[in-house]
Parts: sequence; structure tokens; C-alpha cells
Amino acid sequence: MTLHRDDEASKMGMWIFLFTELLLFGGLFLVYSIYRYKNPQAFAHAGEELNVLIGTINTVVLITSSLTVALSITAIQKNKPKLAIGLIWLTIVFALVFMVNKYFEWGAKIEHGLFPGQEHYNTIEPGEKLFFFLYYFMTGLHGLHVLVGSVLLLFVITRIRQGRVTYDNFVFHENGGLYWHLVDLIWIFLFPLFYLIK
Amino acid sequence: MTDLVQKEHLNFYQDKQGHKGIWAWLLSTDHKRIGLMYLYSIMIFFLVAVTLGFLMRLELIKPGKQFMEPETYNKLFTLHGVIMIFLFIIPGIPAIFGNFVLPLVLGAKDVAFPRLNLFSYYLYVLGALFALSTLVIGDGAADTGWTFYAPYSVKTGTNVSLSVLAAFILGFSSILTGLNFLTTIHRMRAPGMTWFKMPLFAWSTYATAWIQVLATPIIGITLLMIIAERFFGIGLFDPALGGDPVLYQHLFWIYSHPAVYIMILPGMGIISEIIPVFSRRRIYGYNAIAYSSLAIAFIGYFVWGHHMFTSGMSGPARIVFSLLTFLVAIPSAIKVFNWIATMYKGAIDLQPPMLFAMGFIFLFTIGGLTGLVLGALATDIHLHDTYFVVAHFHFVMFGGTGFAFIAALHYWFPKIYGKMYNIRRATTAFWIMITGFMLLYFPMFIAGFRGMPRRYYNLLPRFQIENFISTVGSWILITGLLLMIINLFIGARKGKKADKNPWKGLTLEWQTDSPPSLENFDEIPTVKEAPYNYKS
Repeated sequence: MTLHRDDEASKMGMWIFLFTELLLFGGLFLVYSIYRYKNPQAFAHAGEELNVLIGTINTVVLITSSLTVALSITAIQKNKPKLAIGLIWLTIVFALVFMVNKYFEWGAKIEHGLFPGQEHYNTIEPGEKLFFFLYYFMTGLHGLHVLVGSVLLLFVITRIRQGRVTYDNFVFHENGGLYWHLVDLIWIFLFPLFYLIK
Repeated sequence: MTDLVQKEHLNFYQDKQGHKGIWAWLLSTDHKRIGLMYLYSIMIFFLVAVTLGFLMRLELIKPGKQFMEPETYNKLFTLHGVIMIFLFIIPGIPAIFGNFVLPLVLGAKDVAFPRLNLFSYYLYVLGALFALSTLVIGDGAADTGWTFYAPYSVKTGTNVSLSVLAAFILGFSSILTGLNFLTTIHRMRAPGMTWFKMPLFAWSTYATAWIQVLATPIIGITLLMIIAERFFGIGLFDPALGGDPVLYQHLFWIYSHPAVYIMILPGMGIISEIIPVFSRRRIYGYNAIAYSSLAIAFIGYFVWGHHMFTSGMSGPARIVFSLLTFLVAIPSAIKVFNWIATMYKGAIDLQPPMLFAMGFIFLFTIGGLTGLVLGALATDIHLHDTYFVVAHFHFVMFGGTGFAFIAALHYWFPKIYGKMYNIRRATTAFWIMITGFMLLYFPMFIAGFRGMPRRYYNLLPRFQIENFISTVGSWILITGLLLMIINLFIGARKGKKADKNPWKGLTLEWQTDSPPSLENFDEIPTVKEAPYNYKS
């Protein structure tokens, strides 16, 4: 079979896939807003348990990583594969920083007994339980997307090394970048919903 | 050079792309082979679910327990629903005929992402194995109904997590197929094929694909929440713990109502192909049919609330959902009127595909109109959760999509196999099936109207006549179904060689060989005219 290349189609496929990702989280945002509306005080109270500083640092880290991935695409378009690879590695490092922060954040919550099933968790009121469940579920699913995005970026690096992603054939790289921006975008909504709204 | 010439004359069965034996199928990214792999897998699951339905009908032949425990009956109707919905009717037409025929009618060599296509197939198989494994693992198949309503689905000891995970994986497969078709239709139409010169099957596949892509993620996340609930017991949908079970119903139907249009729209596309070919007339109202597919997809998104008229919803919300439900009937009716208008004064040729297509129109119209009875607030309160709903659903899904699916099988059969089945036997099968169908499902309207509730293993003596007729109908329907399958099976193996255009169709798939070569067309055709341009 003849090899058929259509960059427009590849990008279109990626955009459609991103719609589905948005809707996947959309269902969770819907559940969040309904339970927040039903339990305003419990949600506000539970929100105070979260560490705004770590959340802010993670937001800055993730937005910066979106910048580095965008820069890497410009680099490959200007035929500087080494620079592009370097920038992607930087993006992955940011992703790791994000995940390590997340690890400590979750770890601290679990130490306080705020994970479903633990003793302290069983004593808090239902609204707060819902808040923490949604917190783990939504940031957990988002964290999973960070990992998937990082793996995708590793594939981009491999393909640049193999010469399959070049200055005139970089749609795979662009799609990787698009996915990464989505991960960033979802976090920008998660951050205020859990950490900032009082 | 001689090598190349020879290669062009191989059909896609003979061109194994260097693979040996079974691997030519399992590793193939050819849309035709993938479509056929779907066909065989889906038919197997379909027969499993038919058997379950047969057993349920047998239990209901007369009042009292026949041979089945109530729990067993609960498991059977759940598995029957899960298999029919998630393994047969949602993937059915898009995955089989969308794969096999869509690139052909568009004049393309393949779908946009062939490898992704194969990946979708394996996701489908994985999901199917999960769904079936619930039968033998742990406490047996789920007993919640295919809707997995919380909070019962969170509390029951049966294998709900595994069934739900299966539905999640199947949803993912469906999303990727939809994504593939959307891109294919946008990017790979033959030169000259503008949007409004595209065959109507492609239009309906297009509308379907958007629903697949935009609605399925909601059920995905809802099902993940059910699994999390079962593991952690947070009470997300449990009123005792601050959760809201009606919210689950909302989330479920936000997907599952659009999903019924995933089921019916491709069927409507098939009917729009068959009617003009066997009436030898240009389709009446091409634009209206094309737009009405999009309208159904769009409005279908906003009617989910009509599943919950009795679950606790505000008055205004119920009125709005009821109104929207009536609106969605309009584009469906537009299609029916246009099909009839196409047949009017046409030279109708009653070949098996046309018979099944006319069967579709008849049964779908009954199913559609009774849908309005359920969409109206006052009557729904009376009929909710009765056999009336079961009858309505089977008329639109089996009488509608099922008959369209069978029509498509008979219509594209010579293209797929290059052979012809026995026409007389197919016609006989049709008449047996439609007789059995009416006997099986029509009495359910009456029983439901008289108050017989659905999902019970037993029945009151006053519903005995309806249920007895219904059970006998199921035997007749299955007889017809088996005759049809046997006929097609013999046709595929020993049928007479078919001409490349036996029905004198004008769409692109009939211009290439039967079976087509690996790349479908020796030369990509250029389209100058609108489809169905019969000079009459």
C-alpha cells in the first residue's frame, strides 16, 4: 500500500481527540459544579485544607512547560533538532517536577487521613467527602494525562532522533504539543476550582 | 513491471500484503478486512444475545416460574442489553459497513488512519471479552440492567465493575472509529465530490461520527465514577451519603440518548442508499435528508431528560425535554416522507435489500410514533417502565436498525464477496422474520398499555395471551433469522458469481470490481454528478 501523508488530516484527528478529552473532564466539571452548588460551605471548608502555595507553583511549572513545548516546535520548524530535543527534555523535567509536587501534596493529605476509607475521612461531613473524592479523582485523572503526555513527548524525541520528525514533517511533534497544551488547559481550570474558590 | 500489473488484478482477499494465513487478517490495516473482522465478531455476539432473548421469552411463556431463578432472569436481561447495545447495535453498522463501504462510496483507498482503525478493532475485542467474562468470573454477570443505575449498581455483589469497564473500553473503540470517519470524510473524498454530491450513507455516517466523538466521553467518565464508587464507597450517587442518584441518571442519558441516534442514523443512511437504487429514481429531497441527519444528531443531544420524567425533575424541565423530544421526531419524519416520495411512481424492484428497507420504513414508523406517546408527559407517567417501552425500543432498534443492517448485508453482499446469495430464500426469510417480529413485539405494546411492568421474570395471568403470542413470535423470528444467515453463508461460499454492479447502483462502490482490489480503485474516480442521478 502506498504511504499516504496528510498533515491536515493528522491535525484534525488530534483536535477531535482533544474535544473528547475536554468532554471527559466536562462530565467531572458538571458533577463538581452540582455538588458545590448543593454543599457550598462544606466545599469552601474542605478547600482550605489544600496547599495554595504548592498549587501555585505547579500552575507556574505547567504553564512554563507549555511554553517550552511551543518553543521546541518552533525550533524544529527552523531545522534545529538538537535544540528541539533539549526543549522537550526541559518540558518533561517540568512535568516531573509537577508530579513530584503532586506526590507530596497527596502524601500530606493521606497522612492527615483524608483519603477515602481512612479514619479521619470517615468523620468529616458528606459534602467534604465529596470534595475530597472529586479532588483525588480529577487531579488523579489529570496526573494520568501528564504522564501520558510525557510518554508522548518521549516518542517525539525518538522520532526526531530517527529523522522521522524533521523541519518539513513535524505534524507528530505538533500533535504532541497540542496534547500537552490540553493537559495545561485542564489544570488551569482545576487550580482555581479546588485551591482558590472560597 | 509485470509484477505490478499482476498485483492490480488481485482482489483484497488474495492480496495478503506479505502476511501468512490468519495473520493476513489479524495484522491487516485494510479497511475491508477490518470491516469483515467486525462483521464476524459482531454476528457471533449478536447470536449470543439472541439466545439470551430467546431464553427470557421462554421463561415468560406463561405465568409462574418455568425454569429460571429471578436472579438469573435479571442477569440475562442485563447481559442481553449490554451485548445488544454495546457489542452489536452501536458498533454494528458504523464498524462493519462504515469500514467496508465508506471509503468505497467516497472513492478513497482507505480510511484516514488505517492503523488506528485496527487498534479500534482490538479495543472492541478486548471490551467484548471483558463483557463476556462476567459470565464465568466471581459472582456472575451484572444484574443491574444495561443502564447500571446507581445506587444499586454500586451495591450489588455481581460483576458490575467488569461490565462497566467493558462498556468503557467499547466506548473508547467507538470514539476512535468516529474520529477516523470524520477525518476520512473531510479529507479523502474523491476529486469533484463536494459535500452535496456525497452519498447519503456518508452523510449519516458523518452525523453519527460526531455523536460518537462528542457524547461517548460523558459515559466514559460516568462509568469510571461507578468503578471508583465501588472501590472507595464515597457515596457520589448515594443519597444516604450526600450524593444524588438522579445525577447519575442525567450523566448516563446525556450519552445514552444521543447513543440511540448512533444506532439509528447509519441505518437511515443505508435506507437512503437502497430506496433510490431499487426505485430507479433520483432520491427525493437529497438536501433535506442530509440536513435532517445533522439535525437529529444536534437535537438528539438535548432530549435525554425524557428518560427521567418519573425520577424527580422540575415541571419546567420536564416540559422543555418533552417539547425537544417532539422536535427530534421532525427530522426523522422528513426522512420517511422523502423515502416514500422517492418510491412514488418509481419502477420498484422488490429484491431482498428493498424488501428489508421497506420493512424498515414500516416498523420504524410504528416505533417512532409510539416514541412520541412516551415523549408526551401525561402518557409517559402511565407507560413508564412497562412493556410498552420494551416494544417501542425493539421496534426502533430491531425493526429499525436491525432491519437496516440486514438490508445492508443483502445490498452490499455481492460487493463484499463477489457472489450472490439465493434471492428466493432471502425473500422467504424476510417474510418469516417480519411475521415473527410483529407477533413477538406488537403484543408487548398491548401488554404494556394494560400495565405489565418490564424486567420481571414472572407475569400476571391477565397478560397471558399477549405473552404467549410473543413467545411463539420469537420462535418464528429466530427461524427466519437462521434461514437468512444460512442463506448468506451458503451464498458466500458457493453462490453464483456476481456482476460488479448487480443492482445497477450509481454510487462509486459499484464502479469497482467485486470484491474490490486492495486499493479499491485502479484509478481514483472523478465525480461530476450528484449521486442517484437516475434519468426517469
